[in-house]
Amino acid sequence: MRSSTYVPSPAVLRVRRGLVLATKYTILIFVCLIVVSPVLTAILGGLRTTGEFLTRPFGLPTRGIQWNNYTSILEDSVFWRSVRNSMYITIGSTFFTVLLSSTMAFVFSRIQFKGREVLFNILSLGLLFPLGIAILPIFLQIRSLNLTDSYWGVILPLVAFGLPGSTIILRTFFKAIPPELEDASYIDGCNRIGFFVYILIPLARPAITAIATLQVIAGWNEYFLSLLVFTDSKKWPLTLGLMQYQGQFGTDWARIMAYITLLIIPAVIFYLFAERYIVTGLTGGELKG
Amino acid sequence: MSALGAQVQTATHEREKNHARRFSLGKWGTIGLFVLPGMMLFALFVLVPIGKAVQYSLYEWNGFGPLTEYVEEGNYQRLYDHKPFRSAIEHSFFIMLLSVTVQLPVALMLALLVGRGKLRGRKIFRMILFVPYVFSEIITAIIWLYVYHPNDGLANVAFGTLIPGFQNQTWLGDRDLVMYSLFGVLTWKYFGFHMILYMAGLQGVSKELEEAARVDGANEGQVLRFITLPLLGSTIRLTIYLSVLGAFQQFAIAWILTRGGSPANSSHLISTYLYKFGIKTFRLGYGSSVAVVLFTISLLFSVGYQRIVMRRDYAD
Repeated sequence: MRSSTYVPSPAVLRVRRGLVLATKYTILIFVCLIVVSPVLTAILGGLRTTGEFLTRPFGLPTRGIQWNNYTSILEDSVFWRSVRNSMYITIGSTFFTVLLSSTMAFVFSRIQFKGREVLFNILSLGLLFPLGIAILPIFLQIRSLNLTDSYWGVILPLVAFGLPGSTIILRTFFKAIPPELEDASYIDGCNRIGFFVYILIPLARPAITAIATLQVIAGWNEYFLSLLVFTDSKKWPLTLGLMQYQGQFGTDWARIMAYITLLIIPAVIFYLFAERYIVTGLTGGELKG
Repeated sequence: MSALGAQVQTATHEREKNHARRFSLGKWGTIGLFVLPGMMLFALFVLVPIGKAVQYSLYEWNGFGPLTEYVEEGNYQRLYDHKPFRSAIEHSFFIMLLSVTVQLPVALMLALLVGRGKLRGRKIFRMILFVPYVFSEIITAIIWLYVYHPNDGLANVAFGTLIPGFQNQTWLGDRDLVMYSLFGVLTWKYFGFHMILYMAGLQGVSKELEEAARVDGANEGQVLRFITLPLLGSTIRLTIYLSVLGAFQQFAIAWILTRGGSPANSSHLISTYLYKFGIKTFRLGYGSSVAVVLFTISLLFSVGYQRIVMRRDYAD
């Protein structure tokens, strides 16, 4: 590192620091505007008429606030049926992902056996194949198992594709829990399963919340599988219901934007509650503050 | 994320062996009970379908009835000869390249701004920046259809306000523009994810070391270049890995925004090509060959990158 003999005066330093700070805030505010404005236009769009949209896609409501875009959706029983379907898929896939990945992570982190690393590597390979790409053979598999038009046809593949990531995250956590604790629990008369249920799971709760959170997001946002699995529109989750509105009203943009806003609100509320857990999950628990 | 897992060391082998001896009766029972259901599900919906895709890719097949029309390299030859497929591969590489050279530096810069330090309101900024990551791809795509509307959509209004004399663009209808428009949306949606990873990495960068460099007369640029970035090395290598794979795997946003590769199949990614020419037309053998190409690219990249670039991150 070059050493410099020039030492700026305190006043120059203060001005320079002020400039740096101003630049930082300018960048951040600018980026936040880019992030937020598309969402805001969607929300505003839900309050305007489609006519307004067609003449001027971006802008404030000029013909009064169109609450009926929202009320017509909220009064529709089809919408609430979709809410229920989305919840089945979300809760089902989250429950089984947490159950299966925590048990697998336990074995992969704390029980030594021949072939363990091979099995674990095979599971890790799953990270390479996202659902969207393998959708075609998966759909054929679902069909051959007679799971079309069944919630299981969506839930089971979602779990299968959630397992690699979740197991890897949990395994990292389980490994970090000191082995002395395991010894102590055995001395106190716990067996292996007792240690897992009463000691490991409670200790790893932040990590388990994290993977549950990620899986809730995946389940709530799931679209592609449902599109192929459900021919019966009574089983459609919210993401498909959106497409249904699009067909039913031509391209009724105002209503689509209202529908999108209704989907965004629970996602954002959920996110505000779960933010720190998502962070924990993605970072392996290293992030503080 | 396998790298994160591998970073944590195994120091418990000896103890595990001891337990294995003491509780040898329950060991295989526990393993069977705990691992079999998950592995079976994984095999049923991930491994077997992928294996079958390799088999289907050698046949002409509409998804019904037995596999009879064997075409051997036929599907792959047809793929190679089909111009939209070759352009789809180029586009996927293009998105990948932009992701690594534009999206990641932006994410890193923002992580440096809000990931640590005493900046007022950084938690609020951090929260806002991560929001798009929780939106579904469908919602993201539809919102952006609206933003890119060729009349006075937000994109046109914003550029028109900032740049005098700006002509309204058809962001998604213009061959030369559509890939950049798509990339803009992908960046909007996914930079927050990489930002979080960088923020985590920054936790491991010693502040004392940076302070020492400053005391020695290094300016901020030098501290970043010679201290912070090298210490973030493993995180940067991981985000490049995830970003490259993510670019190849992108489907839903691209499918909706390009309306299935329009104009005239000029804007396909590998995945949208697969859906359009494989699934929508019931040419499942042909579609499977596209899937196999995609798997192979991902696998080769993954193995190569882990062997060559990320190897040092695994060293225990």
